Amino acid sequence: MGFRYAKSSAYLKQNMKRTPLYHVHKSLNAKFTEFGGWEMPLQYSSIVKEHLSVRTNVGLFDLSHMGEIAVCGQGAGELVQKLSTNDAGRLTDGRVLYTLFCNEAGGIVDDLLIYRHTDNHYMLVVNAANIEKDLAWVETHNDTGAEVKDVSENTALIALQGPKAIDILNPFIPERDVSEISFFRFVLGEVAGIPTVISRTGYTGEVGFELYVDANDAEKLWNAIYPAVIEAEGQPVGLGARDTLRLEAGLRLYGMDMNDDTNPFEVGLGKFVKSKNRQFIGKKALLREKKKGIAKQMIGFQMLDRAVARAGYAIYQDGGQVGEVTSGAPSPSLKCNIGFAIVTSQTISENDKIDIEIRGRMHPAKIVTVPFI
Amino acid sequence: MIPQELKYNESHEWVKQEDDIATIGITDYAQSEIQDIVYVELPEVGTELTQKTEFGVIESVKAAFDLYAPVSGEVIEVNESLLDAPEQVNESPYDDGWFLKIQMTDPSELDALLDADSYQAHIEAEHG
Repeated sequence: MGFRYAKSSAYLKQNMKRTPLYHVHKSLNAKFTEFGGWEMPLQYSSIVKEHLSVRTNVGLFDLSHMGEIAVCGQGAGELVQKLSTNDAGRLTDGRVLYTLFCNEAGGIVDDLLIYRHTDNHYMLVVNAANIEKDLAWVETHNDTGAEVKDVSENTALIALQGPKAIDILNPFIPERDVSEISFFRFVLGEVAGIPTVISRTGYTGEVGFELYVDANDAEKLWNAIYPAVIEAEGQPVGLGARDTLRLEAGLRLYGMDMNDDTNPFEVGLGKFVKSKNRQFIGKKALLREKKKGIAKQMIGFQMLDRAVARAGYAIYQDGGQVGEVTSGAPSPSLKCNIGFAIVTSQTISENDKIDIEIRGRMHPAKIVTVPFI
Repeated sequence: MIPQELKYNESHEWVKQEDDIATIGITDYAQSEIQDIVYVELPEVGTELTQKTEFGVIESVKAAFDLYAPVSGEVIEVNESLLDAPEQVNESPYDDGWFLKIQMTDPSELDALLDADSYQAHIEAEHG
């Protein structure tokens, strides 16, 4: 038996970064994996168990590999607006925006969250593998006099996701009821006495919070919340279940479902491109592409047998290849195998039958609506 | 915990010999490393296998793993129940979770495989 897509372990061991919670994961007997240059917990017990515990109870995640870039000063708002396909001008203090950075050709540099503390202080939360690329991108386009600083090293991110998240978190924040924090809003407060950015966001499709703290406080915060998570029949959750949770929820993953050469329309993220009465990098190309007509689209599929379609597998319709799988995995909630694909066909639609080539054999699947759950 | 009567591939397949017939599967260590097995793809009866070459694939939630034949020979029986219940590999790797029975072409190939003690040492080295 051997890993089908094994990476060089020598490379991994020498170069991987670790989060401030690495030793906590180690003590919980996590299995580790490489992700975006980081040595991260893949799973603690089982991906299926961790996944289902987030859907039914709660899960605790270390997401400290994510990048945080602070954009401060007089020109901060202008710089952020100029880079963002979504309208960052609509942000008010305490709000979060999901957006994309695009290059001049309309390709996606990264997908990210923008937090507006004040108009002189924004925080960009970016994908772990893109921290250096994004930082260079922001700095290159900084002609507004903003101060740009990568604060990823000093920032830890712990997520609490699942239907019991509110009840678990509330006792640690005596001065407020976190159920009053609306989706995609955040507040500054103390969780278990630790200064925290408390954000009602997540990547699972469940109610939940993302808690940003100083890296030095990460272990203290984790250890404070962890017993309450276990008490609520929750679990620590690794990147394995994070991937199946986001897939079921219809959330794209940079590097799998999109990259520098795909534009937002091709991956179903067109609604995060707001071109009216504003300028941003990539706008010209995106308008041109839209006018020309988008040749590709992202679809969701469900396998009709037990085979698992993984990224890169070819998709056929009526005997001709029409696209490629970008993400695929078993869905622990639906108990079938699902995935995203980019297809060149514009006529393909819900319930259409397709075939996916898996190790030389065709396996039947059908097009379904996204999100899957 | 590692059955004494079996022989092992370094790639974590086990083989049980009964005269010229070899039954093969993956070890308890392998299933616990993979976890959550959701799919097993096995060759058809009549397929000729060659020692140390790929003969099938198992899939967990996270990834696909190749299976390597511990001995050469013809597949004479496939555990069809794994198609609908692949979790048997997790639950019972040495019994209900077996994969194939092979008519061995050369039973002396077994001599080159690991015995239980060597396999134990092998996984300790790999894990450490």
